[in-house]
Amino acid sequence: MTDASVATRAAVPARGSLVRGLLRRRGAVLSLGWLLLLTLATVAAPLVTAHGPLDQDLNSVLTGPTGAHLLGTDTLGRDLLSRLLFGGRSTLLAVAEAVVVFLAIGVTAGLASGYLGGRLDWLITRTADLVFALPGIVIILVVLAVFPGNLHAAMVTFGVIGSPGLIRILRAQTLRVREELYVAAARVAGLTRPQILRRHILPRLTSTVIVQAALFAAIVVTIQAGLGFLGLGAPAPAPSWGGLVADASQVIDRDPWMLLPAGLPLVVTVVALGVLGDAVRDAAVEAWAPPVPAPARRPRRPMPTAAGVTTREPDPQALLSVIGLTVEIGGTPVVQDVSFDIRLGETLGVVGESGCGKSVTSLGILGLVPGRGRISAGHVLFQGSDLTASPTTLARVRGSGIAYVSQEPMVALDPTFTVGRQLAEAVARHSGCGRKAARVRAVDLLARVNLPDPAAVAARHPHQLSGGMAQRAAIALALAGEPRLLIADEPTTALDVTVQAEILGLLRSLQTETGMAVLLITHDWGVVADLCDRAVVMYAGQVVEQADVAALFSRPLHPYTAGLLAANPHAAVPGEPLPTIPGTVPPPGAWPDGCRFAARCALATDACAAPVPLTEPEPDRTTRCVHVDRLVQEGTSR
Amino acid sequence: MSAASPEPAASCVGTRPTEDRPAALLDIRELTVEFRQGRRTPPLRAVDGVSLSVAPGETLGLVGESGSGKSTIGRAVLGLTPVRSGTIRFEDADITRATAKVRRELSARLQVVFQDPYSSLNPARTIGSTLAEPLLVQGRLTGRQSADRVAEMLGRVGLPPDTADRYPAQFSGGQRQRIAIARALMPGPRLVICDEPVSALDLSVQAQVMNLLAELQEALQLSYLFVAHDLPVVRHLSHRILVLYRGQVMETGPAEALYARPVHPYTRMLIAAVPEPDPGTQRSRRAARRGGPLSAGPLSAGPPSAGTAAVTDRGCAFAARCVHALDICRHDRPLLLPVGAPDRSGPVTRSAACHRASELLAQP
Repeated sequence: MTDASVATRAAVPARGSLVRGLLRRRGAVLSLGWLLLLTLATVAAPLVTAHGPLDQDLNSVLTGPTGAHLLGTDTLGRDLLSRLLFGGRSTLLAVAEAVVVFLAIGVTAGLASGYLGGRLDWLITRTADLVFALPGIVIILVVLAVFPGNLHAAMVTFGVIGSPGLIRILRAQTLRVREELYVAAARVAGLTRPQILRRHILPRLTSTVIVQAALFAAIVVTIQAGLGFLGLGAPAPAPSWGGLVADASQVIDRDPWMLLPAGLPLVVTVVALGVLGDAVRDAAVEAWAPPVPAPARRPRRPMPTAAGVTTREPDPQALLSVIGLTVEIGGTPVVQDVSFDIRLGETLGVVGESGCGKSVTSLGILGLVPGRGRISAGHVLFQGSDLTASPTTLARVRGSGIAYVSQEPMVALDPTFTVGRQLAEAVARHSGCGRKAARVRAVDLLARVNLPDPAAVAARHPHQLSGGMAQRAAIALALAGEPRLLIADEPTTALDVTVQAEILGLLRSLQTETGMAVLLITHDWGVVADLCDRAVVMYAGQVVEQADVAALFSRPLHPYTAGLLAANPHAAVPGEPLPTIPGTVPPPGAWPDGCRFAARCALATDACAAPVPLTEPEPDRTTRCVHVDRLVQEGTSR
Repeated sequence: MSAASPEPAASCVGTRPTEDRPAALLDIRELTVEFRQGRRTPPLRAVDGVSLSVAPGETLGLVGESGSGKSTIGRAVLGLTPVRSGTIRFEDADITRATAKVRRELSARLQVVFQDPYSSLNPARTIGSTLAEPLLVQGRLTGRQSADRVAEMLGRVGLPPDTADRYPAQFSGGQRQRIAIARALMPGPRLVICDEPVSALDLSVQAQVMNLLAELQEALQLSYLFVAHDLPVVRHLSHRILVLYRGQVMETGPAEALYARPVHPYTRMLIAAVPEPDPGTQRSRRAARRGGPLSAGPLSAGPPSAGTAAVTDRGCAFAARCVHALDICRHDRPLLLPVGAPDRSGPVTRSAACHRASELLAQP
């Protein structure tokens, strides 16, 4: 197959490149460098400095940095660099001890609790809650009272006390990952429990574990220093970072310099751990994370068709005229030069596969382009006023002039309020009537969308409705402002087929009653045939064909329309393969200059490499194909 | 093909002895699956006494709306959902409550393709590693051998060999579904449970994947248990179809016959609800059912019954929505019985669970 998208190839990093990924990040390199330097220097402390940490030289007290004492000396003339490095040994050891205990308990218990569930889960979460409730500092002080000066015992205890946080987080993540279908597939494949945990669950948790471990290590550094500061760590003459800060604080009036060598390494280490944790997480998922869509490689030339058919005068009788609409998201055009008209009482279908720009077009009309998108060219005329011109025109039209129904009805309804209250609010907003009148009208609206017992439905919250009822309620909400145009984006895709039939029937009868126009976005030819008068077929951000529905179905004049109609299993011949269109829709940013369908088209020739304008081969029909004459002939000879 | 099974595909235990059935690859008897719903409420019966069988090389389509229990049956066969009662036999061995060890051994011959191509592949593993997974269990292949097998299988589902080194995020929905199919076929299964394998795909890609499934079935003599809500898709790929409503079998029969002349009112309703991609047909259909329900008018022979009695648990599950319902439908659950008379072409292959099946069959 050639449909493996070439555009994504460049994003593939080499495997096992965690280290390389880290080395590309400046923060990671700096943090790693500092931690490495610190570890080496403390381990090889006797080689770095000639002075012992306990060597006193009462002739040079609080000297500040000198040739003999690079970082100066303390009140007893002991070398600060030496004390810092030897003290660092106990800090690093403490971090290692606490983090190992933290991870050993946290990861094992979190995984077991989340994956195995049942009684074990209950036992682990309850124990974790109990440990959570204990005052950590008090426990550590008690441990140090029982084992005076024993930092190892304190740090192991601290690891235990810290672990419930990790257990909780990992348990929640495991519960989520466990329900992923690939875990079910692995079970069906016959993998054992340890294999599934190792191959599928743990790798998804790594980034969390790394970040949590780094944060915890940073906390351990400060706690350990705090204990040293209070004199609860190593007994008096032995060096420790906390002890250094304590010494420095006592001579702060005489020698403020000493605070610098005492405090700075502490701060830098804590910051380095945090930065490193984030960097490792980013680098670890980099290999498999979805490629970030690349910005447009070059500014696209204006479409040569802009001066052609598409700029013809909009239909003066049209309710809505979209003229040359172009929408860009993140600088990449996703919809280009789209034009169509809708008259009152008409239903226009917009058909195409995902990624063709159907939804973006409808959102563009309402000025609701997602993300960093913007309308970069074109106009949307609604009852004569240009919606792209000013936000105030748009605000006046939204809801009362144009209403919107989405695929997912639950998104349209606020879960915290009853259906009736939401409807009444919309009614009051659009008509300006009183609360009581709005309530009555809300129940009327629910009755109009054929909900049985509308008063009872009005009193319910959205989660108490079935999918079909929720979609009816969402349609009622859309009708609250008595719109002239209803934009319905895949309104029945998430529903069962019997419910779909009811909703389509409802839309049709509402249209007959109110005379509103409907713009229906769908990928289902059956829905188009059922509801629409005319249809616009979109491919890769462009309109490729526009026609009356009867003509479109019987005589498609674009190879994409023809292919998509043929691929529908409705028309399938039993026992024979379905006619297919090879390949997939090219993503925005990978569109060719010429015909965008050419790579998948059986009719494609060299002529298709040049940009193809929309032509009007027959009255009220447009198509974007250089081979249209051939298609017209084939159609009439059929 | 269904011609290989001379008996009704699914029938109630007791109406027919099981001994004289041909060796089915998968044979489910009176399967019931329940889900707990908290302490107070009674458990939800997702699958209620379903019997079915799949012959070698055959596709059985399971259709129904959401909540019909069609996916749950597939999950029960795979051991992903505990079974309340009933038996599941695969290759003549009882696997209803198979141990982990038996399941591991079964995995070579019983596989699955899920609906969601995004959740069914681990984003953190390369395609090669995911595909080699089912081979880990057998554990007899070297790295080289399993890499060869991965490359061969990728070619078979129409993907380039360098796919193996890449991650799922770099593929489209259709390509991912090809990968999921390749994973299922790696150990060389005999039966593949297809749980809505094409529902999430666009029309043109859906057709590609449907053709691939049909091609692979022919080449590898696979059996499919094909779960889907889209009737035209199921009709095209299945030899036989089983229609489910609220966990119960409403009707079963050869795909074309069932689609062309549905007997059960629920099947009729489902088929009538699918909009035809033909504006003319849709217009006439709309005219036909204007103001009325989704199926042909009620049978004239029936006594007036609407709303006279509440539907009881013992009645037909569909009675509340059925235009043909009689009082008996609300009290007595109809058995799944053969419909029509045997003719020269062989014995009866269709059954329906409806008190008025014969009347409905006679209705034009």
